[in-house]
Amino acid sequence: MASYNLMINDHSYSVDVDPQMPLLWVIRDFVGLKGTKFGCGIAQCGACTVHMDGNPVRSCTLPVSAMAGHKITTIEGISTNIDHPVQKAWIEMQVPQCGYCHSGQIMSAVALLKKNPKPDDAAIDIGMQGNICRCGTYQRIRKAIHRASELMATETKKAF
Amino acid sequence: MPATAKLDRRSFLKMTGLSGTAFILGFYSSGEKGATIVNMSGLEESVNLTPYIIIEKTGKIIIMNPRPEMGQGTYQSLPSIIAEELEISIDQISIKQTSGEKEFGRQVSGGSSSVRGSYTMLRKVGASAREMLIKAASEQWNVPVGECYAENGKVFHKPSGKNISYGELAESASKLEVPKEPVLKDPKDFKLIGKSIHRPDINLKVSGRAVFGMDVEVPGMAYASVERCPVFGSKLLNYDDSEAKKIKGVQQVVKAERVVFGKTHYDSIAVVADNYWAALQGRKALKVQWDYQGNDKFNSNDYEQSLRNLAKTEGLIVHNSGDFDKTFAESPLTLEAFYETPMVSHSCMEPMNCVAHWKEDNTIEVWVSSQGPSLIKDELSRTLGVSQDSVKVNIMFNGGGFGRRLQSDFASETAMISKVVGKPVKVIWTREDDTQLGPFRPMTFSAMKGAISNDGKAVAFQHKVISPSLGASRNATFDKTKPDNSMVEGISDQKYEIPNMKNSYVLADFHIPISAWRSVTSSTLAFAHECFIDEMAVKANKDPLAFRLEMLTTESDTKKVLNKLKEVSEWDKPLPKGWGRGIAQYEFFAGLCGQVVVVSSKATGEVKVEKVYAVIDLGTVVNPDNVKAQVEGGIVMGLVAATKDGIRFENGKSVQTNFHNNRMLRINEMPEIEVHIIADGGPTIKGVGEPGLPPLAPALGNAIYAATGKRMRRLPVDLSKIS
Repeated sequence: MASYNLMINDHSYSVDVDPQMPLLWVIRDFVGLKGTKFGCGIAQCGACTVHMDGNPVRSCTLPVSAMAGHKITTIEGISTNIDHPVQKAWIEMQVPQCGYCHSGQIMSAVALLKKNPKPDDAAIDIGMQGNICRCGTYQRIRKAIHRASELMATETKKAF
Repeated sequence: MPATAKLDRRSFLKMTGLSGTAFILGFYSSGEKGATIVNMSGLEESVNLTPYIIIEKTGKIIIMNPRPEMGQGTYQSLPSIIAEELEISIDQISIKQTSGEKEFGRQVSGGSSSVRGSYTMLRKVGASAREMLIKAASEQWNVPVGECYAENGKVFHKPSGKNISYGELAESASKLEVPKEPVLKDPKDFKLIGKSIHRPDINLKVSGRAVFGMDVEVPGMAYASVERCPVFGSKLLNYDDSEAKKIKGVQQVVKAERVVFGKTHYDSIAVVADNYWAALQGRKALKVQWDYQGNDKFNSNDYEQSLRNLAKTEGLIVHNSGDFDKTFAESPLTLEAFYETPMVSHSCMEPMNCVAHWKEDNTIEVWVSSQGPSLIKDELSRTLGVSQDSVKVNIMFNGGGFGRRLQSDFASETAMISKVVGKPVKVIWTREDDTQLGPFRPMTFSAMKGAISNDGKAVAFQHKVISPSLGASRNATFDKTKPDNSMVEGISDQKYEIPNMKNSYVLADFHIPISAWRSVTSSTLAFAHECFIDEMAVKANKDPLAFRLEMLTTESDTKKVLNKLKEVSEWDKPLPKGWGRGIAQYEFFAGLCGQVVVVSSKATGEVKVEKVYAVIDLGTVVNPDNVKAQVEGGIVMGLVAATKDGIRFENGKSVQTNFHNNRMLRINEMPEIEVHIIADGGPTIKGVGEPGLPPLAPALGNAIYAATGKRMRRLPVDLSKIS
């Protein structure tokens, strides 16, 4: 066991856990944020996607010991009122079905749009390939990312 | 029973954990005098008492949803049917999932039955409440009922314009008699039904707030990871848990049992710990010896060969019209083909899991993602020897169901572990557990025969199914001398007018548990059936769509669907070189959908699915956008089953273990999908969740043939290299 200070969604958490414990289980069972999901445990499905310093990572295979000094963001941290442009677009396009994979899908989409505010379909395919959706919502995911891109452009315009 | 049975309010409140309720509408539906339930899938039973609407004095309205939400949209569609007749909007209500209370009858999501199975009954529930609230207002105002109407959660008096809220009326309304035959709204006045209303669960699902079974925590809970032998039919010889117990956080290692279908028992060993990671590490440190009992010799190759051998036997006749044998023997043009499909996994994104607490008073409480609170009650009662009343079920959002969560094996096992350790326990299956341990969708093999007349018409047709049996897997006393109807689903029900038809079934014994999988056996049989129809069209030298329409001389929904497909897919428009279109339709217990798949091919043998057109026939539609989502989902799942790995056994166990070798479709492989709904208000409401799946594989196979001249007769096909 070892003690770690984690910075998650701009809050500081102190946990005393096995250094090998994946960030996923620390976030879910010790910090108590359940939005990040377990899907495969081998970084194949993307359900556990969170951001480490703004980049999408698979928390199911990242040991907590590697997290020191890094800023973690989970689905709970991207907005307080479900009003992130990606969330708005996801609602507008009614993307989720069962919804289990969509915390991860949204975290991947947010990271993609940050790097590439106007991705074409090919860029979406590359950015979102790591996230499996068994319900088959991919067509809507694609539409929603295009829509989020528009919403973000409008918001940026408003800000100036 | 009268149509106005009284509800025991106190026990209901206790059951649902609600308080301060002023009005619960009890509505009796026996199928005799009260509302009737359309019983089509075999999963349905008549409901008894249905207290679906709770109006609190505060004005808060709660509508109960009896069908668990697993992505198919019941969380919106069912409450909105009630809300429509009750004259309230979706944002005025809270939705609460039922928990298997007897008052709601059978509560299961399955068989594409949720909307079609309760549409009229739920409308009557809403309409009765509306009439009672209007009557209560008219009595309070001392005005004629005819001068009052309901709108937006209030009753209005038309001449004076005064109004009063449902909350204020609830108590007096609850004392009125429930109308026996409430007047239903004219569909042209619908505000919710038929409209693409946003689903209230979406906000929860885009913000991490939706609570799935996986997310449940109860006080004092321990976590467990459970070792089970991936070789089915093995017995536990012994295990050494000394290393496991050295892992920090591991509390106990206990023996348990996974019971599938309440009859097949598999030994298991649970490592119980303070947290899930510790439980998993403890499990990895177990040393276990299994006696495979010879089952490690089992492999898919040999089993499939045994199915091919069985195909030579006559089988049990399931349909016989005209004289197939004579016609086939005398026809100038005949053809035969053999089709094969694989086993596949359900692979819900949320792996199986359950929280269970076997309490000191011998009651059991479970928190679980399940397709049916009624099924959980049945199974726990049957497997654990407790009464149904002593099982309390909390149904959470399902992270996928697809038929897997019709089973309750993971719940009864968790409850057993809780009993031994004396505290609430959460069991989480790894993805490897979830992939390897089934139950799986069974494979079906199909021996097809057809004959064509001199003028190019189909005159004889035979579909012989060779497969393991869902009935025999589920039921130890299954009568194998009779055909398993679930294994010949739809093969005798297509509308094609073929005068001589003989279908049969050959049962193959199988020791691996198999179960329903989205669209059940239609998901495999449609492939053989509709590809072979295509082969007959080719043999008759006719266009596959024209050939089908020629066999549909009388009006039918199938004919409507095919004509619509012809139009929307621009069937007759030429395609680029190397491209091809394929068509297929399939009608079965869940409903009817037809699809056109468009593919492109390269000289390298690579095939790409460019576009899928789908037409689903419904009669009545509750939420069109959600229907489209379901068909999109069915197509993707059909595409995975047709083109990805499937489940194969070697050395007695599944070779596939996780998503790296049991691959799913990813976004870069996603074709464009265009869904059209036929909802012409016909009297029959058809299902939504499953019909979008079966036509995909045959339409794809037929498209590949059109593009490449190569006929696919064995799934899965590898689209990167068609051969």
